[in-house]
Amino acid sequence: MKHITLLVIMSINALTSAQVVEVCKNCDFKSIKTAIIQAKPFDTILIKKDTYKEHDIEINKPLTIVGQDYPIIDGELKGEILTVVSDSVTVDGLYIINVGTSYTEDHAAVRIKRSTHFTIKNLILEKLFFGIYLEKSNFGKIFNNKIIGEAIQEYNSGNGIQLWYSNNIDIVNNVIEHVRDGIYLEFSNHCLIKNNVSTENLRYGLHFMFSNDNIYQGNTFKNNGAGVAVMFSKNIKMLHNTFMTNWGTASYGMLLKEINDAEIIGNTFHENTIGINIEGSNRIVYKNNDFSHNGWAIKVRGACYTNQFLENNFLYNAFDIAYNSKVNDNVFDHNYWSGYTGYDLDRDGIGDVPYRPVKLFSYLVNRTPETIILLRSLFMDLIDFSEKVSPVFTPDNLLDFHPSTTQIQW
Amino acid sequence: MLKILKYSFFDLMRSRWSYVYLLFYFLLGIVLLFLNNDLSKAVITLMNVIIVLAPLIGTIFGVMYYYNSREFTELLLAQPLKRSSIFLGQYLGVALSLSMSLILGLGVPFLMYGLLQSSAIWNFSLLLITGTFLTFIFTALSFNIALSNENKIRGFGYAMLLWLFLAVIYDGFFLMALILFEDYPLDKLSLVGTMLNPIDLSRTLILLKLDISALMGYTGAIFKKFFGTDYGLILSIFMLILWTILPVMRMVFKAKKKDF
Repeated sequence: MKHITLLVIMSINALTSAQVVEVCKNCDFKSIKTAIIQAKPFDTILIKKDTYKEHDIEINKPLTIVGQDYPIIDGELKGEILTVVSDSVTVDGLYIINVGTSYTEDHAAVRIKRSTHFTIKNLILEKLFFGIYLEKSNFGKIFNNKIIGEAIQEYNSGNGIQLWYSNNIDIVNNVIEHVRDGIYLEFSNHCLIKNNVSTENLRYGLHFMFSNDNIYQGNTFKNNGAGVAVMFSKNIKMLHNTFMTNWGTASYGMLLKEINDAEIIGNTFHENTIGINIEGSNRIVYKNNDFSHNGWAIKVRGACYTNQFLENNFLYNAFDIAYNSKVNDNVFDHNYWSGYTGYDLDRDGIGDVPYRPVKLFSYLVNRTPETIILLRSLFMDLIDFSEKVSPVFTPDNLLDFHPSTTQIQW
Repeated sequence: MLKILKYSFFDLMRSRWSYVYLLFYFLLGIVLLFLNNDLSKAVITLMNVIIVLAPLIGTIFGVMYYYNSREFTELLLAQPLKRSSIFLGQYLGVALSLSMSLILGLGVPFLMYGLLQSSAIWNFSLLLITGTFLTFIFTALSFNIALSNENKIRGFGYAMLLWLFLAVIYDGFFLMALILFEDYPLDKLSLVGTMLNPIDLSRTLILLKLDISALMGYTGAIFKKFFGTDYGLILSIFMLILWTILPVMRMVFKAKKKDF
């Protein structure tokens, strides 16, 4: 007990005695590196507006580093710029450019190594390799950063925000564009990814693997090379995200592979080649999502069991559902389908005739991909119609028994 | 020949059906553009209409015109005129007047909409070019059928059957072939199958130029690699020209031999 009180008193002492160390051309410290060496733990380093040509800056004590009017730290393409190896570090308001590209090391603009309770905020990162790289670091916050890369080829570009074995991280309000993967998580659990905008990235807007119990909320993923890919994770919540215009022969709005027990609620999928591509994903609830103007709204590849598709809007997709087996264990209920042509005699808002979301053509294309060459041919329209009247090929229990007759609002 | 062409052309231009045809395209163009406001979507819808309608109208007009102007043709045959120029003149008169209805009917609304500033101009031009080709091809085919059949009803029936075959039934056989041989690589088969039918060829050419081609995934990529290159484009235009020239040649040949 004595020890703890002593510790508390000491730390309060340290806090109160924390000083502000200024860095500028006419100050005592002209470089950030020397300022860090001279600073005591819990000091604040205030960097005035100027250009600092420095790289490999190691922050090895709990410091608060604040930039005034966005001072520029230019790494001159020589390597990593900021490396944090201490707990409780705050980095705020810097303009970091020219991170060195390497084929053997992942140089980052800001790297956090085995540290906790850090805050990275209000940074602008440009001309970078990796943006913010978290390595076995927990309990941190990353917010209001702007990461703008110039990625052209996948093999020599890095990711915007990368988490590796890092838990309990909040990533909020960041803007990421033109990097390889916007946000990349690997072995990172209990994270909150909220209100980020990830656009124009070379590969994925968001990419995670083996990362459980995370929440993705209110993010926008737009115009990414291959959309969003999420794999091998459990208990994910994806709420109110927007997946837009991920359009190309190998693009997805979202690709789910081996995702179990997830909730996908209130998202918007607009103009993607494939809205959601599902493979080996079980017990997922899809509710209140908008699928509009996609090539395929949902493509079910196989080994997908007990999923529920409830109260979604399927609006003007070329194909609503593609399904490659005759066995169906998934539930489609109370959705609105723009292709529904049934009637509602008792006017309760629920169509009296069940809706078959799998068209014959979509079944054929799944079986023999080359048949897509008959897209928009008169013959296909005719046999689609006949299949609708009397299904032969499509799974006959894949039905929405209660199709809504009006678009669902929530 | 030019005189007969001119005569046939103005004869058709004066007829009510040409105006109806022109007006139809004109209204379709206006409705699609000004109610939709999305040029790329308008081009897709127009494509759906054109690849079905241009061959159909070409077939019907060709057969009807041939049978209706039979007496006039016999009168011309009595004159010292080359047979090839009589029939070529009539054929070109019909095909040109139909193509003009198509081009004017769709071109004017698009020009009014401001096509020249838009990036869709190439897609749109391709649409008009394929539409014109289809008109020429199917008019020639229908002239052939009419020449070979004295019986009007039978000729008309054959012409409709031909249209039905190329527009619908062919795709059915094509699909069956694709599914039957699904264990084998199908890239070549699907390419050849598309090449052999002018309607399929036009549809594929236009679809590949539009955004929607991304839907085609792997197959689309192969097709794009083929049709996207100069070689592919030249080959498909060559196929369309071949589809026009062969029936025209048979028509001229048949007309020379025919006993009127």
